[in-house]
Amino acid sequence: MSKDRKLIKIATAGSVDDGKSTLIGRLLYDTHSLTTDKLEAIERNSRQKGYDYLDFSLATDGLVAEREQGITIDVAHIYFSTDKTNFIIADTPGHVEYTRNMVTGASTSQVAIILIDARKGVIEQTKRHFFISNLLRLGHVVVAINKMDLVDYDEATYLQIKEDFEVLVEKSNFRTEQITFIPISALKGENIAAKSELMPWYVGNTLLDHLEVLEPTDLFESSIARFPVQFVIRPKTEAFHDFRGFSGKLYGGNLKVGEKVTILPSFTESTIKSIHFFDQEIEEATPDSSIVISLADEVNVSRGDMLVRSEQIPQSAKQIRATICQVNHRPLRVGNKYTLQHGVNRVMAKVESIESLVHTDFSGDEPTEQLKLNDIGKVNFKLSKAIHYDPYSENKSNGSFILIDEGSFDTVSVGFIE
Amino acid sequence: MNKIFIPNPKEAASIQIIREVAAQFEKPVLLFSGGKDSITLVRLAQKAFYPARIPFPLLHIDTGHNFPETISFRDQLVEELGLELIVRNVQDSINQGKVTEERGRYSSRNTLQTTTLLDAIEEFKFDACIGGARRDEEKARAKERVFSVRDDFGQWDEKNQRPELFDMLNGKIHQGQNVRVFPISNWTELDVWEYIKTENIEIPSIYFAHKRSIFFRDGMIWTANEHVYRESHEEVLEKMVRFRTVGDMTCTAAVLSEADTLDAVVEEIRTSTLSERGARIDDKRSEAAMENRKKVGYF
Repeated sequence: MSKDRKLIKIATAGSVDDGKSTLIGRLLYDTHSLTTDKLEAIERNSRQKGYDYLDFSLATDGLVAEREQGITIDVAHIYFSTDKTNFIIADTPGHVEYTRNMVTGASTSQVAIILIDARKGVIEQTKRHFFISNLLRLGHVVVAINKMDLVDYDEATYLQIKEDFEVLVEKSNFRTEQITFIPISALKGENIAAKSELMPWYVGNTLLDHLEVLEPTDLFESSIARFPVQFVIRPKTEAFHDFRGFSGKLYGGNLKVGEKVTILPSFTESTIKSIHFFDQEIEEATPDSSIVISLADEVNVSRGDMLVRSEQIPQSAKQIRATICQVNHRPLRVGNKYTLQHGVNRVMAKVESIESLVHTDFSGDEPTEQLKLNDIGKVNFKLSKAIHYDPYSENKSNGSFILIDEGSFDTVSVGFIE
Repeated sequence: MNKIFIPNPKEAASIQIIREVAAQFEKPVLLFSGGKDSITLVRLAQKAFYPARIPFPLLHIDTGHNFPETISFRDQLVEELGLELIVRNVQDSINQGKVTEERGRYSSRNTLQTTTLLDAIEEFKFDACIGGARRDEEKARAKERVFSVRDDFGQWDEKNQRPELFDMLNGKIHQGQNVRVFPISNWTELDVWEYIKTENIEIPSIYFAHKRSIFFRDGMIWTANEHVYRESHEEVLEKMVRFRTVGDMTCTAAVLSEADTLDAVVEEIRTSTLSERGARIDDKRSEAAMENRKKVGYF
């Protein structure tokens, strides 16, 4: 793939009728990403349904059940690109019981597009979507005020919605995100790829222009390098007889040859002898590189261990407090035991206490006995072994974990460490 | 030496996934069709473990109706990289009476290979099968997980999938279950082609324009050959064609093309207005063709 094209990952969210599928279909259409056969299928389907416009929502609603119900029921991934940028959209349903899906989609995204129906304004689900963007600390939020065609492209309506949304921003605890308001009509293509002549009062970028100028890096991520070891490479071939390398993906910051590192959990120290990517040796690796590191000393390193710069040791604890989103129908209760997977490291975890159920409409929290599917709450855990973590607000990869049910092996929760 | 290394984000993510397979499973296997996607997977696996060898074998389910160019390419690749190759044949499943050959105008062995694949998984007790499916190929695949758990019958339960948060992969499974792994889930067709070009990866010759005996049916170009059912009125022509996707001969249609170099192919894909699976005859059976096949264990 082209090296000079950056990759931007977007989570879209909206209620069933906000026109989210239409918006995505429109983005695909305007970037010429819909192929002739797909376009023909859309035309055919739209005609069959008797519509007098193209129903772009048909470009994204995949599964049979969805076509029957006319709604989106899971996270779907959609791809399109412009000359400068590759985009991946994680399309997540806005339906009330699907907090899980939006958290999932947002976990791999840098940008959230929150759709608002201009006729309805800020509603319950808008709050929930913004709450989740906040919880996941997405650096960029685009508030797309859609269906402007149905309110006569009225500026006052737009301004009122913007004002209402800003009340939410005041209540949020994550203020460094960039929030951008764009009035659009996905159906008519206003302010999507081309600037709308019907809304001359709007002076900002079109949606596509805005998405294109974003930088893929997370806004808040500080330069703390974390290198969890996935797999130990021991070739045992004649050419590389003594080679012992640690493979993994680098997160959060750069690592370079000659740097002093500490291996966790043993706290032994060594120096980076070499960094490899396939058959090339490199001097300095940047975040999100999948590399192999070899060390100057014969130290014991295995899967689940983590290499960090010796002057940037993370916190270690056998007791942690985290915000949890329950992503499985089995509730989380005090006393439950799980496998906690933190990056690639696994320990056992026991729920010590559930502090509260957090309301996703910014109205505070309340005590609870359990967290059910789609609930978000604050939970204290006791661990079988210490984990070496950063608060999620400082390092996403080293501040998040999943809980795995020991009976079903399902992923039942995702946690964000405080 | 390369001073500062800037990763290709999709490649790095795929390598991370392949390493998780080696770390979390006991008997992984890479499903190899000889097509561009599985060839790309082999390169990614090389990169994941270098300088060590790829720590799992390749499995090819041979329908017996493959393009000979694909088979010879496969054997050469395995030889060069010192890989282990396992081949299981659909013909054997037919001989054993487990599946029945389809008859008539649209007969194909594409659906039959599911049985052969499931038998091979059971025979070798594979717990993870790495495949080259991409979410952009087809609507039902857009919802596929990276680690997709299948039951004893190889079935995909799309309503009960494990959510995948960040890039943490949960490969815990019960006895008898296995996981289908899709490391290039997030790649598009163009990504694959640009990667093949950048990496200078060899691919079978049928991906490039060549002269072939073909016939037209339903607006698609079929290979004229003893394995492909053809009616007497369907006239055989000699045309310059190439394949965009390579599967069984009975389900893979060609496209008219003059693109005989990688550069020309990449340019053709970039400007193409037909989707890749538009040339898959198996998907044309119905709107939900892929989804229905996946539910019963199709790869």
